[in-house]
Amino acid sequence: MSEIKIQEKTSVSEHKMAVQVDDLTVAYNYKPVLWDIDLEIPEGVLMAIVGPNGAGKSTLIKAILGILKPIAGSVTIYGKPYDEQRKLVAYVPQKGSVDWDFPTTALDVVMMGTYGSLGWIKRPGLKEKKASLEALEKVGMLAFKNRQISQLSGGQQQRIFLARALVQDASIYFMDEPFQGVDATTEIAIINILKELRKAGKTVIVVHHDLQTVPEYFDWVTFLNVKKIATGPVKDIFNDDNLTKTYGINYKVSIQE
Amino acid sequence: MNNAQLEIQLIASLVAIACAIPGTFLVLRKMAMISDAISHSILPGLVIGFFITQDLNSPLLILFAALTGVITVVLVERIQKTGLVKEDTAIGLVFPVLFSIGVILIAKNANDIHLDIDAVLLGELAFAPFDRIYLGQTDMGPKSLWVIGTILLITIGLLFAFFKELKLSTFDAGLSASLGFSPVLIHYGLMTVTSVTTVGAFDAVGAILVVALMIAPAASAYLLTTDLKKMLGLAVSFGVFSAISGYWLAHWLDASIAGSITTMLGLLFLVIYLFAPSKGLIAVIYREKQQRTEVSLLTFLLHLKNHTEENERHVNHLQEHINWQKVRAKTVLDLALKNNMILIDNDIVSLTQKGDEFTSKAIDYIITNEDAQIEDMKDDFFLFRG
Repeated sequence: MSEIKIQEKTSVSEHKMAVQVDDLTVAYNYKPVLWDIDLEIPEGVLMAIVGPNGAGKSTLIKAILGILKPIAGSVTIYGKPYDEQRKLVAYVPQKGSVDWDFPTTALDVVMMGTYGSLGWIKRPGLKEKKASLEALEKVGMLAFKNRQISQLSGGQQQRIFLARALVQDASIYFMDEPFQGVDATTEIAIINILKELRKAGKTVIVVHHDLQTVPEYFDWVTFLNVKKIATGPVKDIFNDDNLTKTYGINYKVSIQE
Repeated sequence: MNNAQLEIQLIASLVAIACAIPGTFLVLRKMAMISDAISHSILPGLVIGFFITQDLNSPLLILFAALTGVITVVLVERIQKTGLVKEDTAIGLVFPVLFSIGVILIAKNANDIHLDIDAVLLGELAFAPFDRIYLGQTDMGPKSLWVIGTILLITIGLLFAFFKELKLSTFDAGLSASLGFSPVLIHYGLMTVTSVTTVGAFDAVGAILVVALMIAPAASAYLLTTDLKKMLGLAVSFGVFSAISGYWLAHWLDASIAGSITTMLGLLFLVIYLFAPSKGLIAVIYREKQQRTEVSLLTFLLHLKNHTEENERHVNHLQEHINWQKVRAKTVLDLALKNNMILIDNDIVSLTQKGDEFTSKAIDYIITNEDAQIEDMKDDFFLFRG
């Protein structure tokens, strides 16, 4: 995996903000899972959201995407509310959030990514099918297009989800643990695609669990544990101090220079 | 076959189709029990609707009943959301209460109308042709036929318009929400259709059969296909098949039509549950046996590849070496021979070139954690399966 190197980003301060979160608080049954989050995500970064289990990482993404209703605060995508900017955003939920025994094929799942641009009632046509086939090819799953989705391995299912996000042709990609339960080959394939997206000027936000790979994969990081601990370039803020603040105990990882 | 018989079968078939469509989505959303709840709790809606309109034929009755159906769903979700009880408990709490309110209302106030509990539970399809609609002097056919026909048309129209949205929100509610197709809206749309269909079918076939017609055809279809459109098509066909065959079963047994149709649905599911080609019980048992043998075969081939010394590869020693019973050892040996993977020369077993290639590839897949690929590879190598 040594060939995957992150190019140093130039100063990001003059960049536009892709996502801006202000004073966001989310609660389940009156128990806050996210406390007063302020977060600015600059355009064009490949960002990891890290934090312990129950830190609210998935919740943060879901609240930004309007899937969960916050009890306070606001979110803007390129300066406007999410409802007006849906088409700029693609979302890859956790693999475990859907029923893979559902009677449908890999191609059909990828096509679901095109539904957003179609709007209500209109059915996908040739154009959508072509885009979906291209996305399948990009993730190396074209040969499996007619497979029923339960017949795919965990890594293949994750690639299908990624293809479904690619077909949305968005500006901002939110991914909830795309590396969970995938084999090493798929992990490399996925990270390469994410880096390609960034190269094309897209913003990619990933809920991530493996702290060891953060400096290798990402150029931006947000530490989260119910409250926001820190956010910024990996090279500046991915250090023992922030890790300890986030994970509570004296948490140390060796950071590759 | 006389006209009344034809009409009964037609009504039963239309009810079956109208039920199978929402039923398919209920099964996929793991909400089968909700249809049971709805079918019972629409009773108070019917009764209250009757008190207000004083007319059993008023379309308002259907509206009121459907509204109670949706209220049931809301109540179940409210109770469940408190986190104090689970969904099945919430369902079990809500619908008996609503149903009994309906029972009491009928007993107290409506003794003079022909809305009795038996008819509510089991329906009376046999009487459906007697309740007819007349336009002036012209006989327009049975009322039930018109009611269920209208509901079916609306259901089909909605299915065609919102198929994409239904599929997406059923499979992945999160993505559906993020793309702007409110899963809540679609959920309540489906619940409304389910309620209206239940009310429309209720009159003809009763509360118990409505549930059977929603769930059984969809559950049977689910075992046979991996394509949502085919699942819908199969569910509809199974519904119609059971409706017509059930009618004739009732005719032959001189028994309740609703009961006979439900029996046919049960039998149909049983047959498919046993004999479905890939998900059926027999297919699963057969496949497990086949896989056991094939894993044994691979173990055996790996042993041969690992050991070049002759005493490890002598036919008689294999049994003790790999610790297999005689029958198993013979099955595996035969399978390997049939597939040209081994040679036996002077009771010494050795791998053929093909056997060697198969084993090497399998090892590669095993050490790279790609075990799933072995299944695909078997198609290329095996002339005979285990």
